Amino acid sequence: MSVADYLLHLADNALVLGQRNAEWCGHGPILEEDIALANVSLDLIGQARLLYQLAASRQGGDATEDTLAYFRDTHEFRNYTLLELPHHGPLSGYAHASLDYATTIVRNFLYSALMALLWEALETSADADLAAIAAKSLKEARYHLRHSRDWLVRLGDGTDESHARAQAAVDHLLPYTQEFWALSPAESAAIAAGVGADPGALKADWDAIVDAALAEATLQRPAPGGYVPEGKLGIHSEHLGYLLAEMQSLARAHPNGVW
Amino acid sequence: MAATVEEVWAVLEDLADPEIPVISLRELGILREVRAGVGGLEVVITPTYSGCPAMSQIEDDLRSTLEKRGISARIVTQLAPAWTTDWISDAGKEKLRAYGIAPPYATPAASTVVRFISRPAAAEPVPCPRCGSVNTVETAHFGSTACKALYRCADCREPFDYFKPY
Repeated sequence: MSVADYLLHLADNALVLGQRNAEWCGHGPILEEDIALANVSLDLIGQARLLYQLAASRQGGDATEDTLAYFRDTHEFRNYTLLELPHHGPLSGYAHASLDYATTIVRNFLYSALMALLWEALETSADADLAAIAAKSLKEARYHLRHSRDWLVRLGDGTDESHARAQAAVDHLLPYTQEFWALSPAESAAIAAGVGADPGALKADWDAIVDAALAEATLQRPAPGGYVPEGKLGIHSEHLGYLLAEMQSLARAHPNGVW
Repeated sequence: MAATVEEVWAVLEDLADPEIPVISLRELGILREVRAGVGGLEVVITPTYSGCPAMSQIEDDLRSTLEKRGISARIVTQLAPAWTTDWISDAGKEKLRAYGIAPPYATPAASTVVRFISRPAAAEPVPCPRCGSVNTVETAHFGSTACKALYRCADCREPFDYFKPY
């Protein structure tokens, strides 16, 4: 395990969620949220680019940000499973007929709450380049948290329909966050080298952010337990392949294409 | 003949931001430094937001402006320290206001601000750039570009952009 593996984990998180959120582009529930999600995606894809560039330089050889983003397959991606899931719960039927904004908001809230803490911890990484990216991304993560938290409260403490959807999204997605705390070999190696941050040290703060927001949103936190996903080990849900197929098709149809 | 650092500054000083043409890249804090590097002159820029789509346009603008004067310099992107709206000069903030964009407040120092916020917004009054009223409301967290939020003035009823403190 090398520093590059850890950087890829961080980069894949940002890219996969950036791509997912961008699916709302042109389909947002209101114009302002359409713009908001596109802006969040821009930030996330920008972070992914910085991280892929750094990972490529650490790996050496022929790797570039483009080969890392477009020419790796599902099992090589190291993102949290949470981030690749579609914008709806497990039982809502047609994937296309059920873009559910509550699912989108809850996912962005859970992830940005983690990243607002993780980027802060990585500001003091022994890797000065990663520390610089962290300082930049931290500001963005905080703003994403502010946006998603505000909507979480509006939906949870809203109408019966919005409350029910927000609660269903919390029940569906919160168990996936268990993956945040189970260390991967890449994380352990990076932490030992002083490059990575230990997520375990952030859990109490993350719980406080989540619990306070859920209480304000009049939502219940589901009981802990259940399956711990292993996306960051390369073991993904069936959904990531479809996402990558769409995202990577152009680059693969025209390898080395430039414009 | 090689140009000096002062000459490059003189050429680039007033180069406008492509998105907000009333303010210069230097006033925005994007154009950070001109220095003599090992392999020649270096122009140091920093991105506002990680994914700001204007960055490549800004690089192109800098490069073509220098080329027109026959100056060769390398453009270097530097991330640290991270860009902040605190670097926008007072004169720059006044230009933003005159252009119809409410300028940013000073950024909050403590990193703890985000952790236990109740409802966001309402943290500080944002004066309307048209009528000066502080009776304004945030209508959306994101505006026409990544660096702005949408507001509305409850007195003159006009919507306006607010340059987010960052």
